[in-house]
Amino acid sequence: MKERARIMDKAGLNRVLLRMAHEIVEKNKGTQDIVIIGVCTRGAFLAQRLAALIGQVDGVTPPVGLLDITLYRDDLSSIAQQPVVHKTEINFDISDKKVILVDDVLYTGRTVRAALDEIIDFGRPQFIQLAVLVDRGHRELPIRADYVGKNIPTSPKETVEVRLEESEGRDEVVVLEKDA
Amino acid sequence: MNMSRNPSWERKDLLGLKELSAEEISLVLSTAESFKEVIGRPIKKVPALRGKTIVNLFYEPSTRTRISFEIAAKRLSADVINIATETSSVRKGETLIDTGRNIEALKVDMIVMRHSYSGAAVMLARHVGASVVNAGDGWHEHPTQALLDIFTLKEKLGRMEGIHVAIVGDIAHSRVARSDIWGLTKLGARVTVCAPPMLIPPCIGEMGVSVTQDIQEALAEADAVNVLRMQFERDSGDAFPQQLEYFKNFGITEERLKKAKKNIIVMHPGPINRGIEMSSEVADGANSVILEQVTNGIAVRMAVLFLVSQAAENRKARRTKSAKTESQVLAPGSLIGAPANSLLGKPVNT
Repeated sequence: MKERARIMDKAGLNRVLLRMAHEIVEKNKGTQDIVIIGVCTRGAFLAQRLAALIGQVDGVTPPVGLLDITLYRDDLSSIAQQPVVHKTEINFDISDKKVILVDDVLYTGRTVRAALDEIIDFGRPQFIQLAVLVDRGHRELPIRADYVGKNIPTSPKETVEVRLEESEGRDEVVVLEKDA
Repeated sequence: MNMSRNPSWERKDLLGLKELSAEEISLVLSTAESFKEVIGRPIKKVPALRGKTIVNLFYEPSTRTRISFEIAAKRLSADVINIATETSSVRKGETLIDTGRNIEALKVDMIVMRHSYSGAAVMLARHVGASVVNAGDGWHEHPTQALLDIFTLKEKLGRMEGIHVAIVGDIAHSRVARSDIWGLTKLGARVTVCAPPMLIPPCIGEMGVSVTQDIQEALAEADAVNVLRMQFERDSGDAFPQQLEYFKNFGITEERLKKAKKNIIVMHPGPINRGIEMSSEVADGANSVILEQVTNGIAVRMAVLFLVSQAAENRKARRTKSAKTESQVLAPGSLIGAPANSLLGKPVNT
């Protein structure tokens, strides 16, 4: 895969996350009942960062849970390699909470569909809002994000990669082109 | 996403631990850790095996293993059918292979089998396309029991390399002992077996274990002791010791544990003969993890069913993909060849 463009660097990523933290606090008029749930693995790191930033903005750091959606996928039978099953860790009751679901890239919407199903198996939240760092279009389900870091129009031949210090050792967002 | 480094499960069946690599065993254990979290949820069911059918085919009476497999399958949303051979056509003389093929003709995805003949699971697996999971065959292997034993040990001790496990009891007739020995030694644990001489099979030393007839010596350095069930129902006469005599010489008692390591883990595959293999105080005592083993059994069996089912799905997907690629090569520009993107490269979730 060939790198086409570098969309965000470390400073850019921080600014975007800070703006999203402000938006979450603004839209929900504070942090009352807010819980953040990140989709494994990068969404979970972003959820941690957003929670910390919300803490800076509003003084209260909401609890963070992480969600592994492997067992809820609809493409378990068609992906080339076996996904590794990770643990879901939601150590708080989500009933009547305002859940902010966090993922790195919103694409077909199928991951979010799986995540919604799994969250609802844990309880009945007041509502679920979706926060994504990148929305690259090409939805296959009627799903949209409440908070978007950056809209990046792409072709299906391209892919967006979010690299984070926690997993890749550096913060950046790049657009890659799949080899022909 | 860098998925290429992930270990993967390629086997159609799980027949025993003898043929597994240490990496494959570790993959089952780490997958089981995730499933242990699932069975602690308020809704203990995930849709991973939705639409799959699993048959529990039990030629030997079993309660805990069958229920454990049944719960594991149901928590994965699979459909489960139990066949107890006492009430089936096996009584009319149907052979194992015919039974297997008939079950397969019912479009079943997986067969979990318990059988009294060693090698039965291997034979069934050769003759059916469905995946076979061995739930115990004769004196040969009982892989999921050993996997749950190892899972429990790893959970308690945090590691396997270098730990010392004593296995006490009827080693000769025990499939659990054999599977345990294969699994433990592959992961770098030291194993000592302890039993009266007539219950130790010849050549057991070739499996890489130490042998003793002194229970106190077996316990002396052990981090854990796995106490096997004395299967008096299989008593054929001379070879078996008297029950009281066995308890006196090999039974696990509090006095004997006092001379062992303080935190020694006491395991038993169940059902326990209280007062024969171990005293009631030990069975219910602080060192006992016997009931935790039962809980862990569900997580381990969910992991096995999931991995085996995934491997089957992957094989199917690869076959379809190569068939499509072939037809594309044969008929360029045809209807099949044209919308290549949508047919071949189904996008992975991002």
